[in-house]
Amino acid sequence: MKTTDDIIKMVDITKIYTGADVGTTALKDIDLVVKKGEFLAITGRSGSGKSTLMHVIGLLDTPTSGTYFLNGTDVSKLGEDEQAFQRNKEIGFVFQSFNLLPKSTAVENVILPAIYAGMGTKERTEKAVELLNELGLEDHLNKRPNQMSGGQQQRVAIARALMNNPELILADEPTGNLDTKSGEDVMNTLKQLNKEGKTVVLITHEHDIAMQAKKILHLEDGMLVSK
Amino acid sequence: MNIQELLTLSLKAIWANKLRSFLTTLGITIGVFAIIVLVSIGSGLQTYITNEISSLGSNVIFVMPGAAGGLGSVLSNKLTLQDSKNLERALISTGKVTPEIRELETFKYKNIKDKAAFVLGVSSHYPEVVQVLKMDQGIFFTAGQESSGANVVVIGQTVKNKFFNNVNPLEKRIFLGTKLYTIIGVYKKLGSVAGIDEDNAVFISAEAAKAQYGAISVGRIDISANSPELLPLVIRQINETLLKRLTTDDFSIETADSLLTTISSITNALSLALGGIAGISLLVGGIGVANIMLVSVTERTREIGLRKALGAKRNDILKQFLIEAVMLSVTGGIVGITLGMLVSVVIAILLVSTVTLWSVVLAFGFSVAIGIIFGMAPAIRASKLSPIDALRYE
Repeated sequence: MKTTDDIIKMVDITKIYTGADVGTTALKDIDLVVKKGEFLAITGRSGSGKSTLMHVIGLLDTPTSGTYFLNGTDVSKLGEDEQAFQRNKEIGFVFQSFNLLPKSTAVENVILPAIYAGMGTKERTEKAVELLNELGLEDHLNKRPNQMSGGQQQRVAIARALMNNPELILADEPTGNLDTKSGEDVMNTLKQLNKEGKTVVLITHEHDIAMQAKKILHLEDGMLVSK
Repeated sequence: MNIQELLTLSLKAIWANKLRSFLTTLGITIGVFAIIVLVSIGSGLQTYITNEISSLGSNVIFVMPGAAGGLGSVLSNKLTLQDSKNLERALISTGKVTPEIRELETFKYKNIKDKAAFVLGVSSHYPEVVQVLKMDQGIFFTAGQESSGANVVVIGQTVKNKFFNNVNPLEKRIFLGTKLYTIIGVYKKLGSVAGIDEDNAVFISAEAAKAQYGAISVGRIDISANSPELLPLVIRQINETLLKRLTTDDFSIETADSLLTTISSITNALSLALGGIAGISLLVGGIGVANIMLVSVTERTREIGLRKALGAKRNDILKQFLIEAVMLSVTGGIVGITLGMLVSVVIAILLVSTVTLWSVVLAFGFSVAIGIIFGMAPAIRASKLSPIDALRYE
């Protein structure tokens, strides 16, 4: 594997949706470099292209043109399964609505990425328990999402994001569904992870949340603007 | 994801919707059950008939009233006792002949009365022609007793047990209808044929039957050639003899082989038809599986999106849903096979039925195939969902 200091390197990334409404440009000539260990917030109003950028960064969507290097690998033109492989290895997702499997326990939710990475049953269970313990969820290992508070659920999701030990944590409005106290907890956890060396990219429309990042980029009409 | 993980995952998903899963598997269960039971009955019938005919020996010939395959025997039976006698004379050096007159009669011994048992009027050669008949006690009637029309009778085991519990029946006199007959022999157990007890019957001479019932027509004439090589000659002799008095529409000649072929083709068609009906119900069950899997895919769109976001490849999702569908239908299949085999065994006691390995293998194979075929479309649909759209789905 190529060694690089840039976890994300985007050159001229453009995303045009050719749907029913002909050719909507969601992202326009995005040049973005994120160094390893950074804590970056990307802000913008709704409709600014935030979500699209998050999807492209997270390999959930492919750019129309431009080049994207994720941790040194060119991922701009990968097929669906190769994207899945890279996502699994390089990115930990934290979603606004947690996205936990409702009928599975905390441990079962946390091990999901490891299942698709092919980790052994015993190893991944131990790892999941360890991560949940670190996040203060030792009493909730076998609870289902509906038996936990929102803050607890989001911490389960963070544990899941850490499961395959990815370099990059991609958090999409992680505090959006939480009360202030729980939101602070989650932000503190993300800050702590950043201190431990993880790169954190945070997508949010809340100014005070964005302010907690070390660096802020603003997205307006599909373009990055400096503020 | 390895197979064990996939199985666990599918089992969980199936368990999460117990009632729905149960109803879905029920469709397959009924289909497989029907296949096993109907095919068992079909092949039981075939085995039974084949055995019956084979036990008669390869040199046996039957002369039946009416043209082959026609309804002549039902409409007007022109085959008479005289024809049987003519044949006996013509075949004196080539084969043995016996007519078979069948009458339903009431028996009475002392004050025990019993209704509805068969009286068979045959010749003294009957045991030589129909070799499955073996004597248990006493003797079969002789040619002399036959020609004199002596009122002697050979009884079956069921008749013996009904009237002569622990008493030696030989030399006892029993009423067949209004006439008294002396019991001179008891034949060994023959068993049941399709629910009819072959041991609830007695043999008297054709002459005696004629005297008692005025029987002129016979239900069948059984002939055995003295050796298999004589078969073509005997058939020629039968035709020559009978055509002096009758036309080709009045009788038909069947050998064990030709009978076997005819009956096999009938029972095969029957088995196939029964299997086909059962197959349709299995198909309906399969559609049920497809339906429920489509519902399941729609319900779990978010789950699919999440799994993909977390690294599941198309194949992982495809396998997950396919295995779930196969599990549903195989579970139904196994339950259906088990029930089907149990019921077939019960039917075998009352009537005839043989559970055949091929029907079990076929039914199992079918349920796997149905799971794959009907699970494929929903699984492909699931695997093609884009993670973003699936995650947004509410």
